[in-house]
Amino acid sequence: MAATSARRIAAQQGDSQLVVEGVSKRFGGVVAVQDVSLEVPRGAIVSIIGPNGAGKTSLLNMISGFYKPDNGRVVLEGTDITQKKPSDIAALGIARTFQNIALFSGLTVLDNLMLGRHVRMKSGVIGSVIYWGMAQKEDIAHREACEEIIEFLKLQDLRKQPTAALAYGLRKRVELGRALALEPRVLLLDEPMGGMNQDEKEDMARYILDVNQERGVTVVLIEHDMGVVMDISDRVVVLDRGRRISAGTPDEVQRDPVVIQAYLGTGKGGERT
Amino acid sequence: MFHRESGVFKTTYGADMALYPLPIAKWTIIALGVIFVGIVPFTVHEYYLSILNLIFIAIVGALGLNILVGYTGQISIGHGAFMSVGAYTAANLAVKLDLPFWLTLPAGGLMAALIGVVVGMPSLRIKGLYLAIATLAGQLIIEWTINRVPAISGGAQASIEVGRPSLLGFSFDTQGRLYFFLLFFAVLAIVATLNLVRSRIGRAFVAVRDQDIAAEIIGINIYRYKLLAFAISSFYAGVCGVLYTYYFGIANYEQFQLIVSIDYLAMIIIGGLGSVLGSILGAVFVTLLPIVIRILMENVGSLFFTAAEMANVISGLRLGVFGGLIIFFLIVEPEGLNRLWRNIRSYFRVWPFSY
Repeated sequence: MAATSARRIAAQQGDSQLVVEGVSKRFGGVVAVQDVSLEVPRGAIVSIIGPNGAGKTSLLNMISGFYKPDNGRVVLEGTDITQKKPSDIAALGIARTFQNIALFSGLTVLDNLMLGRHVRMKSGVIGSVIYWGMAQKEDIAHREACEEIIEFLKLQDLRKQPTAALAYGLRKRVELGRALALEPRVLLLDEPMGGMNQDEKEDMARYILDVNQERGVTVVLIEHDMGVVMDISDRVVVLDRGRRISAGTPDEVQRDPVVIQAYLGTGKGGERT
Repeated sequence: MFHRESGVFKTTYGADMALYPLPIAKWTIIALGVIFVGIVPFTVHEYYLSILNLIFIAIVGALGLNILVGYTGQISIGHGAFMSVGAYTAANLAVKLDLPFWLTLPAGGLMAALIGVVVGMPSLRIKGLYLAIATLAGQLIIEWTINRVPAISGGAQASIEVGRPSLLGFSFDTQGRLYFFLLFFAVLAIVATLNLVRSRIGRAFVAVRDQDIAAEIIGINIYRYKLLAFAISSFYAGVCGVLYTYYFGIANYEQFQLIVSIDYLAMIIIGGLGSVLGSILGAVFVTLLPIVIRILMENVGSLFFTAAEMANVISGLRLGVFGGLIIFFLIVEPEGLNRLWRNIRSYFRVWPFSY
């Protein structure tokens, strides 16, 4: 892919948008993440892989502000966001999806997307109560932005459906849409293809590539499907038991003996687990 | 039967996002306006007007509580006390400083909002039953404080008499005149709530209710929004308390005891949580039920009991029937009267050509 190689060059030039510097997180005696560093080049797709319990989601939680690291720091475009609240980090342009879908189940697809634009909207209590005028104008303007995402993700016929009633794959897609509605600069995806069938996975991979290439959003991805990871990633970071054991391009990681031993197993045909 | 989407095509986002996106809405509003402004106040007996007035006041309070409980998912058993805060604030301002209602009303609301935020602070750390108990404590503390501090409650009886509200020399001194006064505020509260819940703030409330972690990740400061919900909800409660004060002509803490908090919770649960129409239906239901039961008891009961026995029988049976009917309604439709109404409406949506 031509675009991919262009980004790879940018990556090598060291233009890092998101930098994680030596973060650690302990829960009582359990070390979830230990001294992990991560550099996410602007416009890249970086995948974090590793066996269950390797600390992948904990690492994402530290980036998005749910966990405060015991050591180390997280820097977004030169700003230290380590101690910021999750809602402030979202406003700075980091959006994410969850491993277990976390949609607002009582609301429609459209309202979920509109909520994704919360930080981009301004109406306060007084404006909302009066509504006609400023708040209405704002709602309509942001509705247009949401409709664009609905079109992008092909959710047109579902926009007025409550999300609780949607199929699993669709809910994953709506959650991606809600994250996109934020107009993120960095998008964190926690197992966006978990539990999907092959067709749904291919659709989702296509959406992730489109988000990355057309919208210029940097993507950090946790995924177990090695085929997808190796296909779409610019860089792969491997965690095992809270430590970073390898990092590099997909090819480099696949050849790394440490990875093969710790993650893919020592047997033959180890590309897929 | 009139709610039909067929043949209605919207061409702008504005039209699609209207409060009631069908053309019939205009006629519904005109019809309701004619009935409640043009017909009811001039044809209905004063006694029934006074009941309608009570319903209007209850609507304001129920809407406020539903914003907190139904939309934001935070429970409060302290709303009776928030009403008393509004009531005593307004009564003191009206009597001591001789302020008109258009100043005492927002003042009562704001004071209740302030107290509401303080009582709502525990919601930042606890949820559900624990929050219920915390707000219950708030209710009891406020009750006790008002009762024991003469500077607030105005002396031995803990009650303050206030005059009828007046505007530009026009005094709302009869039930017929109070009707317009209270109708205005009920409509204002309904419109304000409808707008609030469909806007950015209202959506954020629902987000906090449905998934607080996801709400935070999309940039909603859940602490701020929980307190905001308490503030807005208590503001409604405060205004409701002020309206009660003007309606009864007296602020008395006994009107705002724990049972009132429970009554209002009953309204929104019976009416439907997270629904404006549900708040209205619940307010109507809970206000009317004891009155209807009493009238029935008086008429039917006189066949079986002497007049002397009646008083005892009624007071006992009323509570029993009230509780029984609430349970009955909740079993028939746990999602409240609002859901019942929607079921009827969607049945007639394609009537008579079902399927």
